[in-house]
Amino acid sequence: MVDSLISAASVIAAAVAVGFAGLGPGIGQGNAAGQAVEGIARQPEAEGKIRGTLLLSLAFMESLTIYGLVVALSVLFANPFINS
Amino acid sequence: MFTILLSKIEVGSHFYIYLNENSHLHGETLLVSAFVVIGLSLFLTIATSNLQRIPSYLQSIVEIIYDLVKSIAITQMGPSYYSQFLPFVATIFLFVLGSNLSGALIPWKLIELSSGELAAPTNDINTTACLAILTSITYFFAGLKIKGIGYFKRYIKPAIFFLPLNIVEDFTKPLSLNFRLFGNVVADELTVTVICSLVPLIIPLPIMMLGLFASSLQALIFATLAAAYIGEVIE
Repeated sequence: MVDSLISAASVIAAAVAVGFAGLGPGIGQGNAAGQAVEGIARQPEAEGKIRGTLLLSLAFMESLTIYGLVVALSVLFANPFINS
Repeated sequence: MFTILLSKIEVGSHFYIYLNENSHLHGETLLVSAFVVIGLSLFLTIATSNLQRIPSYLQSIVEIIYDLVKSIAITQMGPSYYSQFLPFVATIFLFVLGSNLSGALIPWKLIELSSGELAAPTNDINTTACLAILTSITYFFAGLKIKGIGYFKRYIKPAIFFLPLNIVEDFTKPLSLNFRLFGNVVADELTVTVICSLVPLIIPLPIMMLGLFASSLQALIFATLAAAYIGEVIE
């Protein structure tokens, strides 16, 4: 009984973790990409450099989402509160 | 452990090799990482065995890799110290790139195991944790070697009350390196598996291409961050 309660709570927790972890980096990535497009429009010859920096920083922001995903996965598949 | 009923997604099941009662190895990780290490060593030995002024096909690939790794090391650590840590950064970059690409490109699923399945070694959190801990050991000893005992001044750098924050940072750096690589690789594989279980043909291909791109980018980022952490303590 307690285990099934914990399972249900874990599923909700996983959903909340992924959802909120996607929120902030999404806004941040949108900002970064918008600024990069602005930079390219203002200075088209710097496109290569801007693209490289943009991809690297996008991957950094992506990792914040991935932290949430890791938490969600460990709650779903390797839950420390259910002793089986 | 437990599987989702709709599609057979297994997370956390391994092909265990038991040494004795209380220690075991993850067989699939060991096998694939041995494969990656042997393959990389063979490739590099063959490609650099017969160096020529006008490079052959293999030699030019190796030169591109060397230029990339060297530029990462120089931009993060500066021109005077980079050569001591270039082998470390290059090793990390090549191993992570090799294991990510081997997980994405080689159809390991054709080889059946009794439990678990062969996949990228970075799919296992132990591999990425090992790489992250190696990185933090390296930057610690780099600081001690180059700055001597003055290395510990770094902990009270802006002011004395930053001491706990700086100590915590030493633990969060390997943790975030670890989770970043592990999470990215697992997320790629899970996405491909889930979409394959919905539509097995054609549709997963763009996701697989995205995964290929993201996993090579992760190797670049892991190497860049390792170089940046080393460069931060020796500057």
